[in-house]
Amino acid sequence: MKEKKQLVVSAIKDGTVIDHIPARLLFNVINILGLAKIDNQITFGTNLESKKLGKKAIIKLSEVFFRKDDLDRIALVAPQAKINVIRDYEVVEKKVVEVPDHIEGIAKCVNPACITNNESVRTKFEVVSKQPVSLKCHYCEKITDIDNLVMISHK
Amino acid sequence: MVGKSLISINDYSKEEYLRILDLTAEFEKKPSQNLLHGYVVATLFFEPSTRTRLSFESAVNRLGGKILGFADANVTSVTKGETLHDTIKMVQNYCDLIVIRHPLEGSARYASEVASVPVINAGDGANQHPTQTLLDMYSIKKTQNTLDDLNIFFVGDLKYGRTVHSLLMAMSKFRTTFNFISPDELKMPNEYKLYLDSLGLKYYEHKDFTDIISHADIIYMTRVQKERFSDPIEYEKVKNAYILRNNMLENTKDTVKILHPLPRVNEINEDVDENKKAYYFIQALNGVYTRMAIITSILGLK
Repeated sequence: MKEKKQLVVSAIKDGTVIDHIPARLLFNVINILGLAKIDNQITFGTNLESKKLGKKAIIKLSEVFFRKDDLDRIALVAPQAKINVIRDYEVVEKKVVEVPDHIEGIAKCVNPACITNNESVRTKFEVVSKQPVSLKCHYCEKITDIDNLVMISHK
Repeated sequence: MVGKSLISINDYSKEEYLRILDLTAEFEKKPSQNLLHGYVVATLFFEPSTRTRLSFESAVNRLGGKILGFADANVTSVTKGETLHDTIKMVQNYCDLIVIRHPLEGSARYASEVASVPVINAGDGANQHPTQTLLDMYSIKKTQNTLDDLNIFFVGDLKYGRTVHSLLMAMSKFRTTFNFISPDELKMPNEYKLYLDSLGLKYYEHKDFTDIISHADIIYMTRVQKERFSDPIEYEKVKNAYILRNNMLENTKDTVKILHPLPRVNEINEDVDENKKAYYFIQALNGVYTRMAIITSILGLK
């Protein structure tokens, strides 16, 4: 008899799966995507075995489909993550997250004296390093690195 | 360069710097030219900076233009809660060019994106002050007849000194050797040293003035401020180590010049003022010619 493959986190009919998240970054990904605030069905698993990452996490989002802006957010905190788009239980598209060269309106500038932290100005950064992520503010020219990266809350 | 705002020293290419410096020399030869007749320049000083404001206003006056603006944000609608965005949207209707000084970093870049007229940054917090950098470059070129193969010494607060960082970036486009003299707490930040490494430019770090200043072509002095030190005892230990005195200049090159962005407090002893190597007051005069060159270039009049 053929051995049945058991899914640890149950399958979704339509939506998006974020796989290969390093386990320790799961809650960072949840936060940057604002998943605590949406009404859709979400299942996730963490500390799952992974040959590549040691321990990985996975998030399955029912009826959620990402825009580029969401993918950029994921790329900033978990560039290893893999995105699968699901239609009728099948993977119909695989998306690679990639840290873009420029980002807008996603992250906050670390500099309290920056105009973007004092007036309603949309933040803009040039990505000066992708691994680890390091951002140069278009306005004040200061560097925001991964250790003090704060996302602008979603939605 | 026509219509192009000047916000950061990194916005202009080497060729554009050189063009501005050539024009500056023309204005120095002939300081009164009626090129700005019929033009209005707004000087918006959200924080006081008398020296910079007078220099810009002198430049506009010498060119025959008119000035409007304010010297202190307390006399404007900013005190009523008006945003920078709205102030700029209003002022652009009244002028052909905006000169802005603002305590927030990035404010001048933002103003240039909002405004329908070009903007010149006259200092945005600790970030950029590009017209100061250009006048420093003009002072170097004029006194040394070149911008290449010079040995530039930066002395004092190299950690927070905005003018030092901008001048370093600008001079890194030329074959410059840098020497940094500062206390440990105020050393040149790593990012600038890494940048020089990436260009293959040489730099040396020192804790005090020694015989090495005999190699200097330019000595650029800055103020070591007490409030920059986390430990006041450290300040007391080093405060006299970065004061330039006339007797220290004995064995320096005949052509060496001492620059300072001003205002000075005590970091250059007054006995240096009479030395022909002291250049800081002429440097301030060069600022007027440099600003004339920048304004006329941006407005397409030169």
